[in-house]
Amino acid sequence: MITAVIKDIENRQRKNVPDFRPGDTVRVHVNIKEGDKERIQVFEGVVIGRSGGGTRETFTVRKISYGVGVERVFPVHSPKLAEIEVKTFGSVRRAKLYHLRGLRGKAARIKTVRERKGS
Amino acid sequence: MPRGVIGTKLGMTQLFDGQGNVIPVTVLQAGPCTVVKKKTVAGKDGYDAVVLGYSDMRSCEFEGETVYKGTKAEIGVFKKLDLTPKTHIIELRLWEGEVDKYEVGATIGAETFNPGDMVDVTGTSKGHGFTGVVKRHNMNGYKKTHGTHEYQRHGGSIGMSATPSHVAKGKRMAGQDGNTRVTQQNVKVVMVDKERNLILVRGGIPGPNGAKVFVQDAVKMRRRPRK
Repeated sequence: MITAVIKDIENRQRKNVPDFRPGDTVRVHVNIKEGDKERIQVFEGVVIGRSGGGTRETFTVRKISYGVGVERVFPVHSPKLAEIEVKTFGSVRRAKLYHLRGLRGKAARIKTVRERKGS
Repeated sequence: MPRGVIGTKLGMTQLFDGQGNVIPVTVLQAGPCTVVKKKTVAGKDGYDAVVLGYSDMRSCEFEGETVYKGTKAEIGVFKKLDLTPKTHIIELRLWEGEVDKYEVGATIGAETFNPGDMVDVTGTSKGHGFTGVVKRHNMNGYKKTHGTHEYQRHGGSIGMSATPSHVAKGKRMAGQDGNTRVTQQNVKVVMVDKERNLILVRGGIPGPNGAKVFVQDAVKMRRRPRK
């Protein structure tokens, strides 16, 4: 049971994030602190799933780095994320693209669409 | 000074701190509580304390009069003070001389605490009924193969033979699990919402959502004022 009070607390934490879905390719700009210096690192890959709701929502991004598959999980509303940039819209028929983990190269491509209705 | 407030556990969520780290929090509805009674060293009781009341008693209109859902004794205390009867009453022990800061009939809410304070939260834990030793005391049970017969979730031996010829006191066995008074000590107050009377504390709190809890200054952090 989530009361209205808790929902309100969660809504205050929310950020304006672009609409993106599993199958989309995104560039996630992450704030990284090293000592007292701050810089932005970009993690680019395919969104293979979103999970949770409200402020607790997270999404998983998968990319191939030097031939090795790398996945990172980000909280959607984390203040550490400077920006989420949607590069391409993917056309997929399921919510979780875990099957991509077993595929590589050409087989791991995702059909893209130019634009998406309502976004 | 020991401060305290009675409240309701509303549920859990999470917050982001300044660095972007996730903090798990429990949202508590803190008060509004009413000071029902003052106890003093000089008086009958021999110690300083205030009695707090929380949550209005249910009532209905009957022949032009307000009738409360409670016994005559429960209602009588409040009738004398001309206050609305409360369902939850808890005593807050104070250092000597502090009782003067409280006024009977005064309201206490979330403003009692500040972010960063350490508190103890007392509640009634979730009841699990009569439970076996595996669930209640985290025992391991017995092996499931090699011919084990009707012994898989047992606790094993409970003692020796002729010496001492009885089971040691306090031996952990099956029984009622949960539904007891539990105090979670040293809980940090993360946020206080004075307008809506909310206190957000870090981590979990005993009991189900909607349960009544008592929040007071952490026993291990209290410093008695110097005389």
